[in-house]
Amino acid sequence: MTTTASALTLDQVKVGDTLPELAHDVTATTVILGALASRDWRPMHHDSKFAVERQGVQDIFLNTPNQGAWFERYLTDWTGPKGRIGRVVFRMTSPVFPGDRMVYNATVKDVSTDGSGCGWVTLDVSLTVDGKPKTTCEARVAVPVSDDDNPWDRRGERWTP
Amino acid sequence: MTEPTPLDDTLPEDVAALIGQYQYEKTGDFPVEQGYVWTSCASVFNGNPVYWDAKVAEEVTGGPISPPSLLSAYARPHYWAPGAEGEQLSLQVHFDLKKRFGLPEAIMTDNTNVFYEPVRMGDLIRSRQVLKSVSGEKRTKLGIGRFWVIDVEYHNQNGELLGTESYTGYGYRREASA
Repeated sequence: MTTTASALTLDQVKVGDTLPELAHDVTATTVILGALASRDWRPMHHDSKFAVERQGVQDIFLNTPNQGAWFERYLTDWTGPKGRIGRVVFRMTSPVFPGDRMVYNATVKDVSTDGSGCGWVTLDVSLTVDGKPKTTCEARVAVPVSDDDNPWDRRGERWTP
Repeated sequence: MTEPTPLDDTLPEDVAALIGQYQYEKTGDFPVEQGYVWTSCASVFNGNPVYWDAKVAEEVTGGPISPPSLLSAYARPHYWAPGAEGEQLSLQVHFDLKKRFGLPEAIMTDNTNVFYEPVRMGDLIRSRQVLKSVSGEKRTKLGIGRFWVIDVEYHNQNGELLGTESYTGYGYRREASA
C-alpha cells in the first residue's frame, strides 16, 4: 500500500509500506541554489569547467547538505509537520547532475516504540536516476503515537535518535 | 563507487596522532536566521508549514526552528570577510588531509546526521571537528587516494547538543588516461 496521510501517526504505518514517489528534474539552478542555500562555496557545485577539468566528472553536482535537505523534504512531506527526523545515514554512489531526473522512493523497514514511548519509523530511501541508484539512505524518523503526541516536545533522555 | 583496490596501508605518525583529537572549535559567523531557512526550503520545494507558518511553528515546535538538515550551514564561514586571506573553508580537517597527502581532488561518499535539540532563530552554533580514521592508499575509478572519516559536533550557545555529522571523504589524485 502507499501511505499518504498528511498528519501521520504510528498506528497508520507498517513494515513494507511505500511512500509516494517524488520526482524532480535537476537543472544547474537546482545544484547552485542548493549549494548556496547551504553556504557551500566550493566550485564543483557551481563551476562546470572546474567540475569537468579538475574533478573528472561530467558537470557540477548536488552537494552533500542539499542532498540531505531533499531527503528531509521527502520524509516530512510524508509525515507532516510533527514528523521529526532523528537520524539520516546516506551513501552517495554517484553524483547527481543537471539534466538528471531525480526519483525518490522509500520503504518502511521497521516500526517501533522506544522505552520513553517515542514512536519510530525506519525507512530505506533511494534516490535514482534512470533507474540507477545515486544515493541510498536509511532514515529514522519519529512520528506521533497518537493525535495528541508530538515528538518535538521530547528533550534529553526522552529523545534518543 | 566501485570497490577500491588497496595499495599501501601505512599511515604517517603525524596523521595518526590527530585521530581522536578535537580541532577547529569555533562559533559560527552569524546567528541562525529565518532568511536561510526559507532559502533552503525553497531550494528543495519544502512546504513544511513549521518553516513557513508562525502559528504552526508555535503549536508544533514551540516557535520557529531551522530544518535540521541545515545545521552545518550555520557553521560554514563566509566566502570572504574583512581581514580574511585565501579561501575560507569549512570542514578544515578534510582540507588539511588533502594537503598533507598531496591529494588535489576529493569527494564525499557517506554522511551520517544525528539530530538532537532543535535549532532555533538566534542560536549561535558552535562546532568542532574530530578525525576518526584514515585509510591506507587505495585505487578507485577516480584515481589513487585515501578515505577518511571526520565527525563534527554542533552545540548551541547554551551548550546543548544540536547534532552530529560524520563524513566519509575520499581524497585522490587522478591517474593519466591510457
